[in-house]
Amino acid sequence: MTAHVLSGRGATTAGALDRAMPQRFTLAVENMRCGGCIRSVERAAMGVPGVISARANLSAKRLDVAVEQGSASEADLIAALARAGFAAAPIETVEPDAETAREKYLLRRVAIAGFAAMNIMLLSVSVWAGSAGDMDPSLAGLFSWLSALIALPTVAYAGQPFYASALGALRAHRLNMDVPISLAILLATGMSLYQTVQGNDQVYFDAAVTLLFFLLLGRFLDERLRVRARSEAQNLVSLQSGMASLIEANGGQRLVPAHALLPGDRLLVAAGDRVPADGVVLAGAGEIDQSLITGETDPAPISPGQHVYAGTLNLAAVLTVEVTAADSGTLLAEIGRLMAAAEQGRARYRRLADRAAQIYAPAVHGLGAATFIGWLVIGASWQTALTYAIAVLIITCPCALALAVPAVHIAAASRLFRHGIVIKATDGLERAAEADMVVFDKTGTLTLGRPQLLDENQIPSEMLAAAASLAAASRHPYAQAIVAAASRRSQDAIVVAGGVEEFPGSGLLRRLAAGEERLGSAAWCGVDGSSGGSEVWYRRKREAPIRFGLADRVRNDAAEVVASLKRRGYAVALLSGDRSGAVESAARETDIDTWLPELTPARKIDWLAAREGEGRKVLMVGDGLNDAPALAAAHASLSPASAADISQRAADFVFQGQRLEPVLEVLSTAKRARSLALQNFGVAFCYNIVAVPFAMAGYVTPLIAAIVMSTSSILVTLNAARLAGGRDS
Amino acid sequence: MTALAWLIPAALLLGAIGLLAFLWALRSGQFEDLEGAAYRALEDEPLNDEARSGPRDHR
Repeated sequence: MTAHVLSGRGATTAGALDRAMPQRFTLAVENMRCGGCIRSVERAAMGVPGVISARANLSAKRLDVAVEQGSASEADLIAALARAGFAAAPIETVEPDAETAREKYLLRRVAIAGFAAMNIMLLSVSVWAGSAGDMDPSLAGLFSWLSALIALPTVAYAGQPFYASALGALRAHRLNMDVPISLAILLATGMSLYQTVQGNDQVYFDAAVTLLFFLLLGRFLDERLRVRARSEAQNLVSLQSGMASLIEANGGQRLVPAHALLPGDRLLVAAGDRVPADGVVLAGAGEIDQSLITGETDPAPISPGQHVYAGTLNLAAVLTVEVTAADSGTLLAEIGRLMAAAEQGRARYRRLADRAAQIYAPAVHGLGAATFIGWLVIGASWQTALTYAIAVLIITCPCALALAVPAVHIAAASRLFRHGIVIKATDGLERAAEADMVVFDKTGTLTLGRPQLLDENQIPSEMLAAAASLAAASRHPYAQAIVAAASRRSQDAIVVAGGVEEFPGSGLLRRLAAGEERLGSAAWCGVDGSSGGSEVWYRRKREAPIRFGLADRVRNDAAEVVASLKRRGYAVALLSGDRSGAVESAARETDIDTWLPELTPARKIDWLAAREGEGRKVLMVGDGLNDAPALAAAHASLSPASAADISQRAADFVFQGQRLEPVLEVLSTAKRARSLALQNFGVAFCYNIVAVPFAMAGYVTPLIAAIVMSTSSILVTLNAARLAGGRDS
Repeated sequence: MTALAWLIPAALLLGAIGLLAFLWALRSGQFEDLEGAAYRALEDEPLNDEARSGPRDHR
């Protein structure tokens, strides 16, 4: 009864609510790259009935759509975009507020600190210029008061991120970089206020606010990179997992985003589609390509009752799959356990800036305290001693340090982005720079992960074209390899044969008046005993059958990349879950000496751990589900955009495209980024060596502090910019 | 000297106007798609209501 009343109420108020609250979707749009695309994407989305507004974001490669409640679904929008030529996928979890709020929070403070710094500098420059000439002391006093008026609210508002972080660290009985920063800003402001009240001219408002401005800028750049990396990673994963066709209770079908699936849902997986979620096969038998899971390229048979994993490719028959939760017995649960263990190792990595801060923060405090006590001992007044100590804190404040690393990382990220590489973990660059060994997975990483026709040139063109016209009717990867080979061979378009029947697990058949054509397994074409390996036979009428050998081939530039890595002094190894013969031939072709076949995910981790024990730092390149724990365990990791989504989540970098060259680009950019960061530390260090003694001796006036601090920050930023605009390696 | 009495407030006021303009632009979402904004300037016809008014009521 209650349920009935509630549902009745829901139905009556829903109409009024709908108009007030449009439904919002966010979609990742893969190939939106140019200005014209914005227009096409928005127009395609607006064409869907019920869409109120659509706005594309070119930087984020996303589309925000508002639709009337219950009118258009995500699937309708994705279909409309597909017709316009754009691959799109719903974003898994959208927390725009959480993601961008922190960025905006910092940017607001950057703006206010910048405004305050400029105005205070304007007043300070007048005072400095006037003190050499004939400036009225009362006017200098007025200017100090004006500076205080601007500086006090700014320091109170814009400094919040630092005070919060410093307080957090102190509560946990730790010291972080924000402790000396907060101390310097607050002491300098407080002391300057005191001096202003006293009518003295040792006023540091300009230094305190400029310091705040530069530090906030560094903090903002760091945050921006993190937000961008996270949103890119989310796009990639969403596009990879895509849509699933759900069988509803009444037997109808509906397309839903794969991430919205629940255990117990029943799915239909068409031949040629990827299985969208882990589950158990209920109906349908055939073959699946598990290369993304196990590294094995040859298709495996599948029948009702067996587990299938998300990311496997359904080759033959339509399968009905019931979604299951990752229970403890499955491969996925095992992978999950291994990854959780492996990631703990990486969490121990401490970023370069943090390591520098660990040494720097106590040194800064020590010097400041020494200056204060030293001057008191000599017999100076406490005001003088404190003023000099504050000068030391301001001079040593890690302005350049806090700006140095984020500026370099932003420059490196935009450079990699131009090469189709996405940084996912911001400290990944630092870890990749330390690598001295590169370990590849075979299937899908060193190779393309798709079968290609072997000995293409020995097959007569006419036969290839005839087989291709039959194969064009199927989505089986072997058939598609034949079609691809035929279209490479001839300029003419492939004629798609009519009346082709597909027999899952066997092959294709076309009945003609003059006889029949068959394309498929050896048995299907009436051939006794095959010569082994992946193959497809083609038989026309009574003619002798022709064999098409198929194999997964290494990426075109794989051998070059491996040779280049060896030249640069990296050790190279190949770890695979595939059979020994396939791994050996791939290793031969790319000239890799160390190769291990038939490895389980756990043995891959063990092998990596053993190398780590020898002092090696490994960059792991892999794509499969079986590589995910190894990607998480390795010192740094890289995966292609075609990888299983769990592997993409584990990897530090994701690269797009058919080539393996991004591996070299990541390594060289990471190395250059590290050397620039170290140069920047060097600049900051040299400047401290020179300036600190003067500050301790009490020779640093507010003018000198302002000049020295700004120049070092600008120098460091310009140095970082060399990476973005600089020459390609 | 009396010139300073209005010159300094004027300088501060002009700076503050710039600052407020920036904060307004930030709030109204004009920094959300820096790449796309460059191309949108070249579009003749507004695509839809939201494109015209900017994503102010966004989210």
